[in-house]
Amino acid sequence: MSDSILPGRRTFLKSVGVSSLAVAAAPAWVQAAQAVRVDDSEQPLKPGEQRINLKVNGQTHTVNVPANAVLLDVLRDRLQLTGTKKGCDHGQCGACTLHVNGVAVNSCLSLAVSHDGDEITTIEGLEKDGTLHPVQEAFWEHDAYQCGYCTSGQIMSAVAIINDPAIGTDDASVREAMSGNICRCGAYKNILSAVQSAREKMKGAS
Amino acid sequence: MRTFQFDKATDTEQALKAAGAEQAMFLAGGTTLLDLVKLDVMQPERLVDVNRLPLNKIETLSDGRVRIGALVTNTTLARDEHIVEHYPVLSQALLSGATTQLRNKATTAGNVMQRVRCHYFRDNVSPCNKREPGSGCSAIEGDNRSVHAVLGTSEHCIATHPSDMCVAMAAIGATVQVQGPKGEREIDFLDYHLLPGDTPEREHALQPGELITHIVLAAPLADSRSAYLKLRDRASYQFALASSAIIVRLQGDRIAEARIALGGVGTKPWRATEAEQALRGQPATEDSFRRAADVAMQGAKPYRQNAYKIPLAKQAIVRNLQTLTGAVA
Ligand SMILES: Cc1cc2nc3c(=O)[nH]c(=O)nc-3n(C[C@H](O)[C@H](O)[C@H](O)COP(=O)(O)OP(=O)(O)OC[C@H]3O[C@@H](n4cnc5c(N)ncnc54)[C@H](O)[C@@H]3O)c2cc1C
Ligand code: SF4
Ligand code: FES
Ligand code: FES
Repeated sequence: MSDSILPGRRTFLKSVGVSSLAVAAAPAWVQAAQAVRVDDSEQPLKPGEQRINLKVNGQTHTVNVPANAVLLDVLRDRLQLTGTKKGCDHGQCGACTLHVNGVAVNSCLSLAVSHDGDEITTIEGLEKDGTLHPVQEAFWEHDAYQCGYCTSGQIMSAVAIINDPAIGTDDASVREAMSGNICRCGAYKNILSAVQSAREKMKGAS
Repeated sequence: MRTFQFDKATDTEQALKAAGAEQAMFLAGGTTLLDLVKLDVMQPERLVDVNRLPLNKIETLSDGRVRIGALVTNTTLARDEHIVEHYPVLSQALLSGATTQLRNKATTAGNVMQRVRCHYFRDNVSPCNKREPGSGCSAIEGDNRSVHAVLGTSEHCIATHPSDMCVAMAAIGATVQVQGPKGEREIDFLDYHLLPGDTPEREHALQPGELITHIVLAAPLADSRSAYLKLRDRASYQFALASSAIIVRLQGDRIAEARIALGGVGTKPWRATEAEQALRGQPATEDSFRRAADVAMQGAKPYRQNAYKIPLAKQAIVRNLQTLTGAVA
């Protein structure tokens, strides 16, 4: 096949990237991303299961989970919130980063039963009324991803870091604070500029 | 991941009672434990979640010591104003470890109790005396470049203790307060971690069913300065190849007193007492620092791939001392 009939990889990715993000910005996507409320309270507990409440992105779910259920898996498999990704499953890559009571943590090393009653924010919970969070927008504007697999984790870390007055605002401090989010595609340069430009916008907004 | 019983304790008594069962383990941040349960390297039958115990305070005692609750996270401890001001070496060591997210989860007691990073230990198949006593040590003749020691090794295990925080605590001086079925007791921090010797499966002085409640730091050395220097394969987010935690008090242009501990090179957080003695009263010059560094690494034994750690650790001592005493020239 000649090159002329195949779009270059770059062009292809670019068009897919832009169009899927355009959809991502639309309210339809936002609605789809809100989890259907899970309520297991009528379901009898199976042996070894415990009933917990998880307040995810403002919505309370009641789920029966075995003791060894990992928070990341419960969010993805039971609540269908698949925005949070599983990379290494061992605390090494940061793809599973989300906020528990406002603090960024690795959800792959968290048991769901330990988080009964906790408030959890995932990537799906960042938009407000159909508008993307400034950090989400900045990632789009700065093309701060290639495959996108690490992106949710990067954004969740970035939001926590921008909101944390104890973390320096210079590039070196941001790089250091975000070193727990590995990007296999190496989009670090654009991630950094996205984080810094979002910081400026958020300053203006508040 | 294997399945286990799960209890959530809200006070120490409850935690101790639940932990009385066979093969019970305490769950704090989970960043070591769940990692290793997923690998089936740790095989608890029961987990006792201690995260809701009221052990999350940092208190300055009337004698100047500082009592740190077992559940204080690595992030909180590193940022505590009193720690930053009086124990910079500890704050720096904590911030050099792991990642932002992991430090938010990792607790003080969990950090003390973290397991070795030896890949043969973690792979759950290779012979490993720590995981399966008597099976042999794959690292001694195998890959031992980065997370294996040159000090305190034995023919049965050569893995380093991976903690940065513990290296700072070894230099500062500390006590581990524990509570168990037989009551409370205190263990000197330097006696807490054990050398592998003939029993590498025994890593610490904690008895089954005992819970760490606090770590108490010695009062800060008056008029001292301190710093942690960590040398690693990349600039961030990597275990130490060699590190030094150093506290010095100067008198004019001489070293009045020094405390030195090393990471990345020892099978436990390594206090270099002889090097400290070698520095006492000496002029704060590169020559004195080099002599002390030689003393610190005198007993070092290199393995196949890690002989470079001996000069690297010396350099971690010299450079840290140079920066700390820089004003003296
Ligand atoms: C990818 C990665 C990179 C890392 N990099 C570094 C690094 O560069 N430097 C560094 O120092 N560390 C590093 N760590 C290790 C990290 O610091 C430890 O995993 C963490 O400190 C353990 O604390 P935790 O609260 O999560 O412990 P847990 O995982 O909850 O527990 C660990 C052990 O301690 C026991 N335990 C917990 N609390 C108590 C208690 N109160 N009393 C008695 N026993 C108790 C548990 O039963 C378990 O055996 C890294 C970890 C990961 C996953
Ligand atoms: S160094 Fe220790 S942990 Fe590693 S294989 Fe040998 S015995 Fe096991
Ligand atoms: S999936 Fe949790 S850190 Fe990689
Ligand atoms: S964009 Fe592909 S891993 Fe980061």
